[in-house]
Amino acid sequence: MLLADRCPIFSYCADPDTLEGLTWLSCYMTTGKHLAFYTSFGTVLLLLAITAPLALSFGFFAAMGSRAHLPPVRWLANLYMAVVRGVPDIAFFLFFVIALDQGFEWMRHQVLCPDWDQPIRQGNDFIVCQAAKLPQNSAPELVHQIYGFGLAVLTFAIVFGAFAGNVLAGAFKAVPHGQIETAEAYGMTHRQAFWRIMVPQMWTYALPGLSNLWMVLIKATPLLFLLGVEDVVYWAKELGGTKTARFTDYPHGDWRMWYFAGLLIFYLLFTKLSEVVLSRITRRLSHGQATAAGEALRKAGAGA
Amino acid sequence: MNKLILSAAALALMAGAATAETVRLGTEGAYPPYNYIDDDGEVAGFERVLGDELCKRAELTCEWVTNDWDSIIPNLLSGNYDTIIAGMSITDERKEKVDFSQNYTPPSASAYAALSEGVDLEGGVIAAQASTIQSAHVVETGATLLEFPNFEDTIAAVTSGEADAVLADKDTLVPVVAEGEMMFVGDDVPLGGGIGMAFRKSDPELRGKFDAAIQSMKDDGSLNALIKEWLEDSPTF
Repeated sequence: MLLADRCPIFSYCADPDTLEGLTWLSCYMTTGKHLAFYTSFGTVLLLLAITAPLALSFGFFAAMGSRAHLPPVRWLANLYMAVVRGVPDIAFFLFFVIALDQGFEWMRHQVLCPDWDQPIRQGNDFIVCQAAKLPQNSAPELVHQIYGFGLAVLTFAIVFGAFAGNVLAGAFKAVPHGQIETAEAYGMTHRQAFWRIMVPQMWTYALPGLSNLWMVLIKATPLLFLLGVEDVVYWAKELGGTKTARFTDYPHGDWRMWYFAGLLIFYLLFTKLSEVVLSRITRRLSHGQATAAGEALRKAGAGA
Repeated sequence: MNKLILSAAALALMAGAATAETVRLGTEGAYPPYNYIDDDGEVAGFERVLGDELCKRAELTCEWVTNDWDSIIPNLLSGNYDTIIAGMSITDERKEKVDFSQNYTPPSASAYAALSEGVDLEGGVIAAQASTIQSAHVVETGATLLEFPNFEDTIAAVTSGEADAVLADKDTLVPVVAEGEMMFVGDDVPLGGGIGMAFRKSDPELRGKFDAAIQSMKDDGSLNALIKEWLEDSPTF
């Protein structure tokens, strides 16, 4: 068969036909394709690690905007939250990302190729000059992957930022009004009262909503494949699919169930870990708060 | 010293400019033997070998990109890659959106495969990959069409009993039937005008280059040799 020369991790993997049992499995699990599968777990975790804080800051700005005194700022923030929350994720990922990508290329095109005389839209095609292409056609595949990944992060941040904004706006409203009045009675300015009294207390109300969002975000990562980034679900499907002996050294039947079972365990463990961490944060944030949880903590502290 | 570095950099830039332009080839990677992902995670199959040879003849540097079948044409149009080489049959409907090269496989048969003989191909439930010539054909026959996003799922639907039979390119079914569980049923169905590479309508230059390369492979018989090697049951030119 015309397969490329491979350099297996274990030397005994050179001739897979002779392998059996565990040795076969150890070779099977270390093919280049499986290594790509393992790497994709890293991709997903990296995406979450970057997206979560970014989405939170988008949300924070949106929530702040929705409380602004200036009406246009308020309208803009509310419009952002209402529109993005109303559009289905998959539609957002299909259309918005293409629009974003074309928007970037269009701007570069205006700057880099001012002498271009052909229309940018020709029928269905979107054409910019070679220099405006993002990333460059000649760039290595890795750059294309990173660009796709960056677009994904931005899109996820915009989508989840809108939801987070709504959660945070609600949390701002949940802080007892007496707290702000007291702060102002002490002579704090509006700004000081907001940052020193409102924001620290707001988190404890926002956390349940935010932790829900985090859980949803964890499971939304397969949308990555729409952007050409190969994520865990893509590889599980690809690896688990039936492999006939003609096209692989490791033929097997439909093993997708097992790969998806593996994904299930990964997601469950990750969810469990998230829960543990989130409950710790909740506990920490409840300290000294005028909430039931804060009161329980105070009593427990007094009893000890 | 600085000058040395600068001139070296300038040289490197010029060398970069002198190399052939890079063309990105979009494929599905889930349609053996035409295109699939091998054990190393690389694109492989008939179209991989063909595409690499065409790029060599056209003196282009080529890069392989995989994309879902569903969005393979939209992503070509928006410029994520420059051509589709993914077992895509030349049809009038697709010609409205993209331009095709000349065909690199002759019009070849599609076939039905099922778990047992005597399946009702015109009244039963037939699985086919979505937006393919086969799915369009199933609708015409009056059978109930069950569409799936990829080839693998259509086979799984038959083995699980969800569908009575699958209609697909015969070349992709041959290795599946060879495994033993499924068999060909009914007559072969001639569909489509052969497989070609798809290009943006605004890109006739690139299409011309690949057209010429395909022609040269037809002329010296190397395309026929490749078809014989990968697609045993397919007719040759």
